Parts: sequence; structure tokens; C-alpha cells
Amino acid sequence: MNSHAAGTSNGGSGDAGGAGAGAARRNTRMPKYSKFTQQELPACKPILTPKWVVSVFFIVGVIFVPIGVVSLLAARDVVEIIDRYDEACVPGNMTENKLAYIQNSSIPKDCTRTLMVTKDMKQPIFVYYQLDNFYQNHRRYVKSRNDAQLRDPSKANKTSACEPEKTTADGKPIVPCGLIAWSLFNDTYIFARGNENLTVDKKHISWKSDREHKFGKDVYPSNFQNGSLIGGAKLDPNISLSEQEDLIVWMRTAALPTFRKLYGRIYVDLKENDNITVRLSNNYNTYSFGGKKKLVLSTATWLGGKNDFLGYTYLIVGGLCIFLAFAFTLLYFIKPRKLGDHNYLSWNRHPAGR
Amino acid sequence: MGRVGGRRRDRLRWSKLYTFSCFRTPATDDAAGPSAASDGGSAVGGPGFSRVVHCNNPVLHRRKPLKYPTNYISTTKYNVLTFFPKAIFEQFRRVANLYFLLTAILSLTPVCPFSPVSMIAPLAFVVGLSMIKEGVEDWRRFIQDMKVNNRKVAVHNGDGQFGYRHWEDLCVGDVVKVEKDQFFPADLLLLSSSYEDGICYVETMNLDGETNLKVKRSLEVTLPLEEDESFKDFRAMIRCEDPNPSLYTFVGNLEYERQVYAIDPFQILLRDSKLRNTAFIYGVVIFTGHDSKVMQNSTESPSKRSRIERKMDLIIYILFTVLVLISLISSIGFAVRIKLDLPHWWYLQPQNSNKLDDPSHPALSGIFHLITALILYGYLIPISLYVSIELVKVLQAHFINQDIHMFDEETGITAQARTSNLNEELGQVHTILSDKTGTLTCNQMDFLKCSIAGVSYGVGSSEVELAAAKQMASGADDQDIPLQDVWEENNEDEIQLVEGVNFSVGNNRKASIKSFSFDDDRLMQGNWTKEPNSSTILLFFRILSLCHTAIPEINDATGSITYEAESPDEGAFLVAAREFGFEFFKRTQSSVFVREKHTSSKGTTEREFKILNLLEFNSKRKRMSVILKDEDGQILLFCKGADSIIFDRLAKNGRMYEADTTRHLNDYGEAGLRTLALSYRLLEESEYSSWSAEFLKAKTTIGPDRELQLERVSDLIERELILVGATAVEDKLQKGVPQCIDRLAQAGLKIWVLTGDKMETAINIGYACSLLRQGMKRICLSIPTGDQVAHDAKKAAKESLMLQIANGSQMVKLDKDPDAAFALVIDGKALAFALEDDMKHMFLNLAIECASVICCRVSPKQKALVTRLVKEGIGQTTLAIGDGANDVGMIQEADIGVGISGVEGMQAVMASDFSISQFRFLERLLVVHGHWCYKRIAQMICYFFYKNIAFGLTIFYFEAFAGFSGQSVYDDWFMLLFNVVLTSLPVISLGVFEQDVSSEICLQFPALYQQGPKNLFFDWYRILGWMGNGLYSSLAIFFLNLCIFYDQAIRAGGQTADMAAVGTTMFTCIIWAVNMQIALTMSHFTWIQHLFVWGSITTWYLFILAYGMTLRSRDNYKILLEVLGPAPLYWAATLLVTAACNIPYLIHISYQRSCNPLDHHVIQEIKYLRKDVEDQTMWKRERSKARQKTKIGFTARVDAKIKQIRGKLHKKGPALTIHTVS
Repeated sequence: MNSHAAGTSNGGSGDAGGAGAGAARRNTRMPKYSKFTQQELPACKPILTPKWVVSVFFIVGVIFVPIGVVSLLAARDVVEIIDRYDEACVPGNMTENKLAYIQNSSIPKDCTRTLMVTKDMKQPIFVYYQLDNFYQNHRRYVKSRNDAQLRDPSKANKTSACEPEKTTADGKPIVPCGLIAWSLFNDTYIFARGNENLTVDKKHISWKSDREHKFGKDVYPSNFQNGSLIGGAKLDPNISLSEQEDLIVWMRTAALPTFRKLYGRIYVDLKENDNITVRLSNNYNTYSFGGKKKLVLSTATWLGGKNDFLGYTYLIVGGLCIFLAFAFTLLYFIKPRKLGDHNYLSWNRHPAGR
Repeated sequence: MGRVGGRRRDRLRWSKLYTFSCFRTPATDDAAGPSAASDGGSAVGGPGFSRVVHCNNPVLHRRKPLKYPTNYISTTKYNVLTFFPKAIFEQFRRVANLYFLLTAILSLTPVCPFSPVSMIAPLAFVVGLSMIKEGVEDWRRFIQDMKVNNRKVAVHNGDGQFGYRHWEDLCVGDVVKVEKDQFFPADLLLLSSSYEDGICYVETMNLDGETNLKVKRSLEVTLPLEEDESFKDFRAMIRCEDPNPSLYTFVGNLEYERQVYAIDPFQILLRDSKLRNTAFIYGVVIFTGHDSKVMQNSTESPSKRSRIERKMDLIIYILFTVLVLISLISSIGFAVRIKLDLPHWWYLQPQNSNKLDDPSHPALSGIFHLITALILYGYLIPISLYVSIELVKVLQAHFINQDIHMFDEETGITAQARTSNLNEELGQVHTILSDKTGTLTCNQMDFLKCSIAGVSYGVGSSEVELAAAKQMASGADDQDIPLQDVWEENNEDEIQLVEGVNFSVGNNRKASIKSFSFDDDRLMQGNWTKEPNSSTILLFFRILSLCHTAIPEINDATGSITYEAESPDEGAFLVAAREFGFEFFKRTQSSVFVREKHTSSKGTTEREFKILNLLEFNSKRKRMSVILKDEDGQILLFCKGADSIIFDRLAKNGRMYEADTTRHLNDYGEAGLRTLALSYRLLEESEYSSWSAEFLKAKTTIGPDRELQLERVSDLIERELILVGATAVEDKLQKGVPQCIDRLAQAGLKIWVLTGDKMETAINIGYACSLLRQGMKRICLSIPTGDQVAHDAKKAAKESLMLQIANGSQMVKLDKDPDAAFALVIDGKALAFALEDDMKHMFLNLAIECASVICCRVSPKQKALVTRLVKEGIGQTTLAIGDGANDVGMIQEADIGVGISGVEGMQAVMASDFSISQFRFLERLLVVHGHWCYKRIAQMICYFFYKNIAFGLTIFYFEAFAGFSGQSVYDDWFMLLFNVVLTSLPVISLGVFEQDVSSEICLQFPALYQQGPKNLFFDWYRILGWMGNGLYSSLAIFFLNLCIFYDQAIRAGGQTADMAAVGTTMFTCIIWAVNMQIALTMSHFTWIQHLFVWGSITTWYLFILAYGMTLRSRDNYKILLEVLGPAPLYWAATLLVTAACNIPYLIHISYQRSCNPLDHHVIQEIKYLRKDVEDQTMWKRERSKARQKTKIGFTARVDAKIKQIRGKLHKKGPALTIHTVS
């Protein structure tokens, strides 16, 4: 709590050694000059001149509008056939009690739908099933899996996080465990054009990395769907998980409660007005939660599926930018302000306002 | 210890010469006896007066019941044991930290949507960092304390032996011997000193900032205790008041040899004051350590937070409310979904639910979910904000420390940001409260001019005159062009005036002698003998060399003489007299010896003057006199004092030079010099002897009116004076002080001076640093003296003060002249009343109206109170600057405390938030660093909120699409890294490196500083704007991506997007959007900013690549390489969303710049177009316009001076009245 001044009386002899030494010592305490420490680093100081503003907006507009046009065209090229079949496939006498229908395994679930091709469709044609109001993104659902178990046969016992579908009643681990796998989608489709069967290629509908790294080649389903509660599809215990591509696709949980998943591809061109007969087995229960089921046949372009939104948004944003470019040009003409005009300094503008 | 025999000879009995002030003691002398404890002593023993000290028997105080604390002091907050719990407690007093702690604890339970590590690690990091910082700061304090505690002092060990002991080991009751220039280790009772009559000189700089020495005097009865041996059997008891913070009072009794003597403050030596001019003293310890008055005065150093941070807290509360709100929405949504929908969601096996989502107990689940949601949306409240701000501030502080422009080459001390909490507060200062001595002035007096016999001598110019001359010379004749920057050019030694008249600068003329800057060949080298009034000049010099109380000290090595004077003025006079050839070299009990050398050729003669009486200076008399007998037996009275006092006492025939001298005195005053008038009187033997008798009678008067008697008698002799001349001493301002004050005033800052000095001194300094000038209307508030009855006087004083304030306010109000400037000068006593609750607002309102405010004779506590009044009354940021221990209170009280790390001890620095070595560095600290830091922090915080809102809300939106289940669309790791890695460096670089304009421009355009006090960059408009921007961005990011990735294939291969793909794309968009946003916000790109901004975006891609390589990841495995990278949709979405997010902000800044540019925008443009080079007149003109029109400060002063000189020129033609150098 006291001053150093008293200390100097003791340290005085040191200082008396010579002013030169003292000065040298002081100079070493001088901060070293560097552009960094003095905050004088060379810097580029861009400022928004009218030229810049107009050209930025204009350039963004000029880039965005073509992108919008191109993606809109691409989206327009896509031919898409959507068929909702969940209602239609319920037998007429059970429309009042769909739940009983779907839960009664003794009632045959076969159903035939006819699709009309509205436009020529170039192969490959993608077959999707679309579910509605199905919360694959529910936290309880998303958590309920174990990746280690899927990848490694020696870790079959690792069923942590798989509640409530971890083990069978007698404690044997379920492979693959968890709600996701348990609720695997199990509707099947068989397509025919007239009498000609259209084979659905179910190979490589999943991501390559999933097949090769995340689902083991030597991991086989075991104890799956053996319990009292049967969820969705059963798996052939003799086929390794890496080849169960439907499962792999299903396990990629969707972000939204409405989602499509790839079912397979048809490598046949379809002509306008072709009639496609679909024989499907309507097994999957969406009736209890009022979800829709749709079958989708769609082509794809370089940009993906039928997605007008992207093109329109690009056009809107691009158009807005071009409009802004003009608006600012106009503004600069109507209300020009010379750059660096000192009259705009606050002390010149409000001389009285001090 | 070993007293040299020689020194004994020097011992003087000052009491014979001294008359007033400290010598109230004879009163107790005469009343020496039990009855002496009459006035103050009656209270002893009562409540608050229970202390008992057994002198020389410290053992009694080491145990109960009289156990008092040791002299160990500690100013640290923690010790080894308490550090951990206490520091942690401190950390979690921050609401935000507490919140994060709570979430971290909850993360261990299943309600947490993330892994526990991702919650605990950042918190541990943040808290750890802050605690380390605390620890280091406290360690420094500890080291400082140890230094003090380990100082040594000689203590009586019994048997008359003294040995050195550490300060901390001192006990109450110890007898200590303090030697010259040492600090007193504790509060002591003075027993005896090296002077026979037991007086000693004390410098109380650290207590009250006053530099003149104070005289203390021991009780007569303890005088015999003057040898080490005499303490062998010394026993006495002191009963006195309990520890209290009042520096100027003391009530107590000394019981010694079975008699009771009253002790008053004149016998008390306070800790932290210093023994001066006295070889040694003996004293007995009364108060130790934290009981000592100075420690009692020290207030707990408050932890300060900047205005911006406090506002930031408010914003955090708002965000927290939003957080709770959306969490409530989520949990209600969740509960509803659970109740209504979950039973139907067979794929979730609702029949196997646990408590967290049990359809049969939706309310309970909802409550659990509330916690989940609070954690999930916690990203709204940026945990990294605190870390980032802390880091940024440390770096900013580092820049302040490293600033080469704030490095003082003389002392080798750099500026130091001692706490980095307040950097941005520097940019918002509204009022500066400054100490005077040591802060504005060096406390070094320079004899600059004198007026003898009506002739002014001394060609040196004070700084004011100099600048005025320069201004004239630069030809700023055109009234339309305001003043150019007076200080811009380097100081030249001589300035050629248009008329061919030279000004010379005294300071730089030759190898300067300390305290002496006088230069005039008419007086130097004995030339004065050739002057027409040489006899008067001789008298003048004699007065200088004789009329004082100083003691010469001969340096044995060089033979040169230094003077130990009570005030630096006196020292300057003696040095001046020596330079003129009148060297005072010896003082004895009754005589003063002067070596006179009249001409350079002649040798020296030693003269002895017998001192008959010494009527010393006090603030009431404002004069001092000596009565002496010269070698011819002539009795002379020399008197020096304030001009008004002296002029009143002049004889009819003594007014010969009055008119001229008055004129000179005005000139000197205007030039900021301290003036004193000198006079003498010849006394007849008979006249003197009759007076002497009366004086002796007065001196021996018993009772309270003794002093009045003395005064009356002195008054009798101090009249019929003959004026000789006047002196003008420059109270050396610290380098660059007037300039700095000028600039700060131009930047719109208010400056108050608070000083412990006398009113006259304070006013002089006010002149010297241009806070006052002629033509200013001065309102002086003081309490009329002469009050007798304490009770009534108080009321009367209060009423009179009330009246004075009211009159002052009225005066200010009624003044129609817009240029009229008012100055308020208030004295400590008046201030005591003015600070009372019922008056303080009146006082403050008056003070605000005044251009400058000077408070004199204020105690440390009052300084703090004034600071508080200003801080709370005006509601703006205050900065207190000071250098001594007496400034500690105000430094701690102010929003920002700045310590001057000069020669005066370290207390001020230790208590300060920033330390600089010279007042002038304050300008750069505020105008450059403050301005930058304010903008940086403000922008940084705004951006932080933007960023976290933009990010955090997307998580919330997603919940609506995930059944409010608490699932996040982003991977845990993305979220963890978002604040810590992916977006932290750009915002840190914004906070550390952003410069709207360069440092030169900050200094050239002081008006830019006003952006801080006006808070243009952190007002609600701006904060809400940024928040709105964040809200907009979150909406754009989420819903655009949602629509793009709704259900369609995202690639030519027909694959649809899963949650990982959507989340990663959205995250990519966020990274792009927020980084583009910061790029738009920045106006200063060095390679560092480029690296950080673009590097952050690159880091994101690198991270997602690397993350995609590890098997640990689930759905993000190879997401970029395999899933998103080849998908044009991904890139198209990124581009679209980034653009969409930033366009509104771009429109805003483009529009603002084109239609409503702020000052720094225009200046940036001028710089950008190099207009400042092309159109220099415009640039110069704008620069001077950018200064606030001030009523104080140098520029205003120079203006006035120029007008004055112009007027003279006009009248007298080319002949200037300023001294010419031949």
C-alpha cells in the first residue's frame, strides 16, 4: 500500500552507476516498433462508393438471373408421376376402420394401381415412396440406433441407445437394433407396362460410403422382428446388412416429416400415355397416425428432381438486385452526393446543433 | 541511528521563530497537567474512544484483551486457500456463467440434447481463463503488498537497543525511529525529533496531495526522549479514539509519569506520509496496518464494468427471455404432441415410453422438455461472447501497452491497461476529473519573471505567450479561417514575428538550472548594478534570499547547495537568489548567512542577518514576514505575500511602483504564472522593541484567542510596507498538458480539477493550463471564515453557500452572451456542504453550466464524493486521473481511473484501471484507443448477437418440424465448433484490428470522439437493427433451405436429402452468411482479417472434409465428398442463401452512406480519394472545424490573447510591447 519512492533510497546506488546505463535499460523497455503492435499494418479499406454499390447489385443480378433461368428449365424438364395409394388400397368395406385392416395380417394387402405417364420419361426413372406426417426426425427415433453394431459383427451386443428396441424378451441383442430399423418400410412395388414387366433395379440406391463403411459386409440380422411387437419389414438373416439397401436408405433419417426415399430405378424409357400397372403390397401402417403414402416415379436432371422453388428464388433475388442497381443509380442521380463531400460532415450539417 | 555530532549543531529551536499554526501546543504547555484533557479529551473512554496503547510495551498488544491487528497489510482479494472457492464463486456470480453451469450439470442427465462434453468443455474453458486472469492480477497485488510489508524500520527492542524489523512485524505500542525521507510505517505519536523542540517536517503527498511540508510537534513532556537509551524505561499509556478514516482529527490522551496530556493531530504522524528535513524522529505506534487512518480511508476497490457491458447484460436478459419464451413454446408444443399424437406414432413404440416422453403424463414430459429446450436453444446466448470479449480486450490492452506514442522516454514507462475491462469505456468519457499536483504539474517551480521597481524583467515566455506569438506569426489574419493547429509544428526556439521582433523561449535557451528559467541580461552576471534602481533591486534579492523558512543542505561531494523548503515556490526563490548572486548557505538558531556577489568581477562577501521574528505563512494570512537585523544594526521587515494583501498594507510612500507592478502582475497572471508581491519596511529600534514586547505577550497568551492575538499583533507590524516588486513563478506544467487539455476540450470533454491545494494555487494552475482565462466569469464558492460558535456557524455557512450557488445559477441563466464562459471555483469546506444531499443537485446543475470547475482543498474522500456526484448526477462516463494516494478514492470511484505512474508512489497506479506516465498521453488513450476500442467492442457485440440469433433460431424453427422433440438438425460437433472455431476468429479480428479511421485522423478530428459519448454504435436502434438482421437471416437460412430440400431428389442420381445433408447445407449457409456479414461490417482489412474471414470459411470445408473421413461420424460420413460436393443444388443453395441474407444489410449501409453519411464515412472517402492531399485548404479547414468550440482550453485562450495583441498593435503601431531580443 505504499510507494516505491521509498525503495529508491535503497536502489539509489544502482542508479548512480551512470545515466548511460540507466538510459540503456530504459530503452530496452521501450516497446519494439512493429507495424503490427502499432496497428499500422497495411490494410485495404474498401468503401462503398456508388460505383461499387451499383456494380455489386448489378453483378449479383446478372449472375443470379441466368442461374434462375437454368435451374427453372432443369426443373421443368423433370417428369414426375405421383400416386397416393394409402386410401385407395383399403378395401371398400374397411374404409371406416383402416387400422383394423392394416393390423390384421390375415387380410391380403395386395393392391393394384395404374399410372398414366403424362410425358415422355427418359431412363433412369426413379421410384420413390413418399411418407407424410412421419416423424423420422423425432429425437426419440433418431437416437434409437447403434452404429457400432451395424458396422462390426463383434459388437452385436452394443445396443446402447437403442431403447426401446434393444433386445428380445429373453435378452438377446437385436441386430440391427433400435426403432429406426424396427420400423423399416415394407411396402413393395412391381411395375409392368402392359404385359412387359419393368424391372426395378434396387442396387446402389444407397450411398456408396454407407454400404462400404457403415453397414458391415459380415453383419447379419439376428433376432430382428422376433419380439411380440412387429414393426415394419423383416430382414433376410442370410443377407449381410451392407446388401440390405432398403434398410440402409431407411436408416438415413429424413429431415422433415414429409420425405421421399429411393425405392429403386427403372432403366426403361417411358412414353407419353403409357399405362403402368403397379402391383403393390400395402403393408406399412400409416393409418394409425394419418400419414399419406405415395408412390412417385420421377426423372432427374443434373440439378435433381422437380424443384421450381430454387429457380424462382434465384430469379426473384437476381431481379431484386438488378432493380436495386437501378434504384441506387437513380438515387445517385436524384440526390447526388459527391464522394468525400465535406459539407456532409456533421459539423457542417448542423452548425447550430452543438 | 548513530547521530553525528555535527548534526547536533544544526539543531534549531524553530518554536522561537515560528508563531502560528503548529504552535498551538504551547497552550497545552502551559496547561500541562491533568486538566489538559479538557477539550477533546473529555470524550476519551467513551464509545468510539476505547483504544488503549501501552507505549513501549507491545507485548501487551499481542494477546487479548488489547490485541490489535499487526501492521501487516493485504490488499489482495484471495489467498491460497480461498482462491479456488472464492474465485469460482466470483465467476458464477455472472448470471450467464451460472446459466451455463446449470446447463452443463443438466447435460449429464438424459434431458440434454447434446453430449455432455460439448456443454462442459466450453464452460470449463471460459471459467478457467477468467480465473487465471483473476489469479494473475491478485498475485501482482500480493507482490506489491509484500514489498510494503517487508520494508524495514528501526524498532526499540528493549534496553534502549533499536533494531531493524519488517513493517509487518510492527505492533501497537512499539517505539520506532524513523529517519529522514522514510515513510512512517504506521500511525505514530511523535515523541521527539532531531530538533531540540521536537518538531519535524512531514510530507503528506500520499495522503492529500499537498506538496508543501507540514510541521508536526511533539509534546513538551516527551522531549527528553531523544536518545535511543532513553527508551529503556519509557512507559506511558495512550487512551484514544478507535480507528477511523478522518485524516485531520485525532482525540486522545497521553498518560505519562502519572499525568495526563491531551494529544491533538499535531502530534500524530500518519502512515504513508514521509519524514522530510528532519534527521530522525521517535514515535510510538498507535494504529497499525488496516487500523491506520490511510488504510481506513482506502475503500474496497470496486470491480468496474463498462457501460457497454452493462447494456450487454441487459441484452442477454432480453435474449434469455426470448430463450425462455421459445423454450416454453417448444415444451408446450411437445406436451401437446405427446398427448395427442404420440400414441398414434407406433414407430416410436409409445407404449414403451419413459418419463421424458410419456403420453400419459404430458405435463411432466413438458416440464422435462423445457429443460431440454433451454439447453438446445442456448446458442441464442453466446457462451463464447464472454471469452471472445475477454480475449479481445486483453489484446486491445496489449496494443495500448505497446503503443510507442504513449511511451515516456524519460521514465521508460509505457502506458498500461491494468484492467482490460474498460477499454471501450475510454471511448465514451464525458467528464474528466483531474488531480493537479503531479498530474497536471510537475510540482516544480521555475522562476521566470520578476518586476522590480516597476520594471519587468525576464524575457522568457510562458507557453501561452509562445503559442499566441506563433499564431500571429503564422499569419492567421483572416478571421474567417479559424485557428490552425497551434501545436502542429515543432517548437522552435525563436519565432520571427512579422515586424521583426523575436520571441525567445526561456526553457530551451541554455543548460537549464532546475527551478530557474529566468533570462534577462539586465539582471544576470551582476549587470543589475548598472540598472537605475539598483538599490531596490538589491533589496529585492535580499528579500528573496532571506524571507523564507528553508534549510540549506550542502552536498559534501560537490559543494553545491540544495534547499529544503516548505514549498517549491520558496525553493525557486532561493535558487533564483543564488543565481543572482545572493547565495543563502547557512542557517543557525538566530541567523541566516548569505554569500553575496554583486558583480562578476568582485569576490563574494558573507553576510549574517540576525533573525528576530518569523511570521510564517498560512492560508488565512496569505503572507509571510521576517524581521531581521542586518550587519549595520538596522532592523528590517521583509514581507512577501499575495498581491492583494500586500497592496492593502503599503505605506503612502511605498506605492511608487504600485501601478506598474499591478500591470505586470496582471500580465503574469494572464501568462499562467504564480505571483507574489515583495515588500519591506524599515523599523526603528524603539518601534520594534515596543512591538516585540506586545508580540511576546500575545505569544504567551493562554487560551483560544491566542492565535487571534498573534494575528492582531502581527498585523500591527506588517503595515506601512514599501513595495519592491513582484515575482512570477511558473508552476511547471507537465509536458504537453495545456495542449492535451485543449484537445480534450475540443473533443467535447469536460474537465474538472480537484486539488488539495490552496485556492490561489489552484486558480493559478487553472490559468496555466488554460482552464481559466481572463474574461471568464468566475464563480467562487467558499465559506466565510471567522465563525466562532460551531453550531450556528454550520447553519449560517450552509445558508450562505446556498445563496452563493443560487446567485451563481442566476448569473449563468441571465447571461445572454453565447460566448460567455463561466468558471466555478469551490473550496473544500464549501464543498463539504455542497455535497450534502439537499444541496448537491443545485451544485451539480451549476457546475454543469460552467465551462470549467476547480475544486480546491478537497480531501481524498471528497474527491471520491465529487466523482460520485458527477458520475451519478450526470449519468455519463467519468474518468478520474491522478497520481498520488490521495487520488485513490476518486480513481476507484470513477468509471475509469487513470493513474499517473510518475514519481509519487504507486498507490494511484495500483488502484487505477489504466496507468500512463504523463498526462498528455491521456489524449491518445482516449481519442485514439478509446475511440477504436469503443467501436470495436460495440460492433463486435452487435455482430455476436446477430450471429447467434441467426444460428440459434434455425434450431428452433426446425423443432416445429420435428414434433418439438428436441432433435437438432445439426451435428453436435457443428454446434460446438460454431462459436468456438468457425466464427470466432473473424469477430475477434473485428474486435482487435478494426479501425474506422487511422490514428492520425482520430487525433486530427476530435469531433469523431463524440461518436462514443453519444453512443452512436451501441444504441438500441443499432442493437435492435442487428437483432432484426439476425432474425431475418435465420428465417432466410432455414426456410430457403427447407423449400429447396423439401422432398425432391438433390442429385442426378435421384437420391433425396436426409437430415445430415439438410443440416450440413444449412450450416454451410450460416457459415457463409455470417462471414460475409462480417466482411461487410469491417472497413479495415489487413492480411489478418482476410486470413480469418476467408480462413473461417475454408476451415469449415476442411473440417467437414476431415470430419467426414472419420468413422465416428454417423450420417456425416463423407458427406461433402460423396453427398453434397457433387450436388450442384448444394452450391446453388449456398450462393442463394448467402446473397439473400446479406442483401438487406448491404442496402442499408449503401443507403446510409449515400444519404446519411456519418463523419467517419466522409473522412474515409476523403482519404480514399486522396482529397486531403489535393485540396489541403479544405482538409485543414475541416480539421479545425472538427474541434468543438470550446470556452476553455488553450485555443480559446490564444484567441483572446491574439485579440489583445491585435488591439495593442492597432494602438501602438508596429512597436510591440513584448520584449525584444537584441
